[in-house]
Amino acid sequence: MSGAPTSPVAPGLPLAGAAPLASTDFGDWRDYLALTKPRVMALVVFTALMGLLAAPVAVHPVIGFTAILCIAVAGGAAGALNQWYEADLDAKMKRTRGRPLPAGRLTRDQAFGFAMFLAIGSVTIMALAVNLAAAGLLVLSILFYVLVYTVWLKRRTPQNIVIGGAAGAFPPMIGWAAATGDVTLLPLLMFGIIFLWTPPHFWSLALFVKTDYREAGVPMLPVSHGLAETRRQVLLYTLPLVTAALAPWALGLTGLVYGIPALALNIVFLAGAVRVAGNRAEDPAGMKAEKQLFAFSILYLFALFAALAADRLVLA
Amino acid sequence: MSPEEQRELERRRRQRNYVLGGVLVGLAALFYLITLVRMPG
Repeated sequence: MSGAPTSPVAPGLPLAGAAPLASTDFGDWRDYLALTKPRVMALVVFTALMGLLAAPVAVHPVIGFTAILCIAVAGGAAGALNQWYEADLDAKMKRTRGRPLPAGRLTRDQAFGFAMFLAIGSVTIMALAVNLAAAGLLVLSILFYVLVYTVWLKRRTPQNIVIGGAAGAFPPMIGWAAATGDVTLLPLLMFGIIFLWTPPHFWSLALFVKTDYREAGVPMLPVSHGLAETRRQVLLYTLPLVTAALAPWALGLTGLVYGIPALALNIVFLAGAVRVAGNRAEDPAGMKAEKQLFAFSILYLFALFAALAADRLVLA
Repeated sequence: MSPEEQRELERRRRQRNYVLGGVLVGLAALFYLITLVRMPG
């Protein structure tokens, strides 16, 4: 933000007299909440909880709640740091220009202080109340999302989503580590599922909001390599995703309670990816297949992890 | 700052304080429960 601060009550009008106070004190609590990206947090909480429930060790409900809370808060911290770093980028995109920083409702200093408070607080509580393995993975996930994805990759390479997707794949592994204190094959497969799910999920979105990314200068795959290549990559990444998603069943780590829904969900996902790959539409209005795959991919992840946790609970 | 802006500022500040108070009470309760669970015996 540059120039004189303007009134959030009457946008466009400069605040007279006590401008410095007003420009830093008008933030609503909802703006702080918005910094944490609550919708992303819902997926983080859910997958972390499923990781915790899938673990072979029963964890005390208070400790389990604390672990999930810490993972959620750390996710919020990473989201806030992402918005702190990308305020200029967010201001250029229709989808994000209403966020608290580009809209001028909070300052970058406020966002940074809030994010650091959440990050340090969540990691400290995780280390003291749960265990060091979970706290270590939590630190790694925040650093990965902020430094590797946001700062390093996002604006430099169309592979941003591929490698950056690992950041979003941490929660179930941290949930598992919170219960057991270690990481074995199943949590690694859960990590792999989210890691491989991220590219087709985000690229199907990027296909129909391509203009937004291009205007903001973000080298998302549809911007840098075109629609046809992106659609091909959506299908190519779906193949290892299906393999990883069926692996827990194939390797005997789960039973039919997971196996049958996983098979059905992956058939639908694969069919959706094939439809996307076959679509030739250039205009977002003709991208029904992409919109459907994007919407289904969210349901897919929720249902797959719910089935995994249910299966493990049945086995237990 | 106009009286209207002043009132809006105070309203937002008050709301933030209520939310922060709620968070602090919640954390105090959580720490108490964690202590009980973690206490040997």
